[in-house]
Amino acid sequence: MTERKNKKIEKLKNIALELRRDILKMIAKAGSGHPGGSLSATDIGTALFFSEMKYDSNDPDWKERDRFILSKGHAAPLLYALLAKAGYFSGSELNKLRGYKSILQGHPASYLVPGVEVSTGSLGQGLSVAAGLALSAKQDKKNFRVFSLLGDGELNEGQIWEAIMFSGHNKLDNLCAIVDRNHLQIDGDTEKVMALEPLEEKWQSFNWNTISINGHDFEEILMAFEKFNQNSDKPFVIIAKTVKGKGVSYMENKAGWHGKAPNREQLEIALKELEN
Amino acid sequence: MKKDIVPIRDGYGKALLELGEINDKVIVMDADLSTSTRTNWFAEKYPQRFVDVGIAEQNMVNVAAGLSLEDKIPFVTTYGVFVCGRAFDQIRNTVCYSDLNVKIVGSHGGISVGPDGGSHQAIEDIGLMRILPNMTVVVPCDHVQAYKATLKLAELKGPAYLRLAREPTATITSEADKFSLGKADILQKGNDCAIFFTGTIGAEVIKASEMLKNEGINPTIINMHTIKPLDKEIILEYAKKFKKLVVVEEHLRTGGLGSAISSVLTEKYPIRIKHIAIEDRFGESGQPEVLLDAFGLSARKIKKQILDFIQ
Ligand SMILES: Cc1ncc(C[n+]2csc(CCOP(=O)(O)OP(=O)(O)O)c2C)c(N)n1
Ligand SMILES: [Mg+2]
Repeated sequence: MTERKNKKIEKLKNIALELRRDILKMIAKAGSGHPGGSLSATDIGTALFFSEMKYDSNDPDWKERDRFILSKGHAAPLLYALLAKAGYFSGSELNKLRGYKSILQGHPASYLVPGVEVSTGSLGQGLSVAAGLALSAKQDKKNFRVFSLLGDGELNEGQIWEAIMFSGHNKLDNLCAIVDRNHLQIDGDTEKVMALEPLEEKWQSFNWNTISINGHDFEEILMAFEKFNQNSDKPFVIIAKTVKGKGVSYMENKAGWHGKAPNREQLEIALKELEN
Repeated sequence: MKKDIVPIRDGYGKALLELGEINDKVIVMDADLSTSTRTNWFAEKYPQRFVDVGIAEQNMVNVAAGLSLEDKIPFVTTYGVFVCGRAFDQIRNTVCYSDLNVKIVGSHGGISVGPDGGSHQAIEDIGLMRILPNMTVVVPCDHVQAYKATLKLAELKGPAYLRLAREPTATITSEADKFSLGKADILQKGNDCAIFFTGTIGAEVIKASEMLKNEGINPTIINMHTIKPLDKEIILEYAKKFKKLVVVEEHLRTGGLGSAISSVLTEKYPIRIKHIAIEDRFGESGQPEVLLDAFGLSARKIKKQILDFIQ
């Protein structure tokens, strides 16, 4: 690894730690919210926003920006932490998560938050929107790319497979889906609730290019995006193996931390574990 | 009147446990929300008769349709927004059009869902379900009534929608009270006005009525737990008696109980009604009591609107 790359990864790691702290603080303050799936996708989100995507937070409507669609809308705390860090709005907004009249609703509302392309929260719908954006870019010969983050439980939804079929059929090689493969949904292990495996082969058979990576290893995440950039003729999916609740020992791999806020003591323990 | 505060979902969960024991045709289904909807109680006790389809509401409704064709009685359960909205075509074209014995249970009705925000607050579900031919629509007011309604729906043949809510709310009926589908309950009789309501907002209505009593106004309160078939007799009876009616519901102004009552009255006995409901807007994040107040549905706001209307 080059020294420059080393430095970059060091920087991303630090940002991810900071974002994880933000996520936990805002959920604890709100008294409700979804820590598990926000923490599992923090490293992916960090790499997207602070290495891969081009955007201008001073001009959220910049036509050439890459688009990001958080299909698993309950990871709103992650998206809000990313957007605040990227400068779309002040970090002090994070304290108002889920409060009355806050721009930061329980699930992302595009009419309130700059940088949120479309409202999500009802699972299974975001990938189709991403496909529509990618199709439009093709029609208009625009160079922007579209990224969409999906939950693995979310893949239970039939619409996801309609979008996968559509994108493969239309050769949307400007579309990159990322599956947060943390193996948990609310009712437990994804393989016990509704088995997804063999998952990578499913995407392949719908005419997607695929890669499986460790979703907490920045080197692998960046390498996957490089592969996406060399990709052509097919849409691209990154199956990112992750740990739900990553970074907080008592939350890791626990379905019970899907949608529950830590209390004050729990928050303190978590923040200690997430010191630089 | 008891005052314990219990989520209405608990009554549903308890009734399912009872059904598990007395009716082996009952199958309980969920879409990855079993703890939240309380179907997990049934799942633990009767795992062979519990089906978790994962996050796949449309599939769930039609798998239930298939089960019902073989004489099973499926209770399809998830949040109201996701089942009534996303699976509407399945409910319309398979379940209702074929008049199948599928029970659809939508939890998290209304804005009192709170912090999850507008995406998770079902405010149009009653309307969507009420307009469908063959459908029965029941909106219990507390956990005691939800328990009875669930048992009754298991006996009823044909499609039905049962609306539940998330927040713990005051218990306003008692175990001894009778419950019949399609027959509204008079919770209290007063001589100054009539208030019709549906669902857990009844707890706020009762509080509002206590406040009105302090100002010398004694309302009659009628619990319209069945939206369809609608108890038209009681509506006409009280319309004639008071010449004015109040309707309160935690639902959009369009499509819910108020719409149903208005349509009866415009044809049979046109009088003014005061319809206290959610205006043409989506829900928001916030604490349930803050939202109820902001949307004009707290006891305080209900009382004020009623006073303005009758004076
Ligand atoms: C259509 C729909 N059905 C149900 C829900 C409720 N819900 C929210 S999150 C969730 C589980 C999601 O699991 P997964 O996609 O694996 O997310 P992650 O593990 O990344 O948090 C469910 C069922 C929803 N938001 N939308
Ligand atoms: Mg998951």
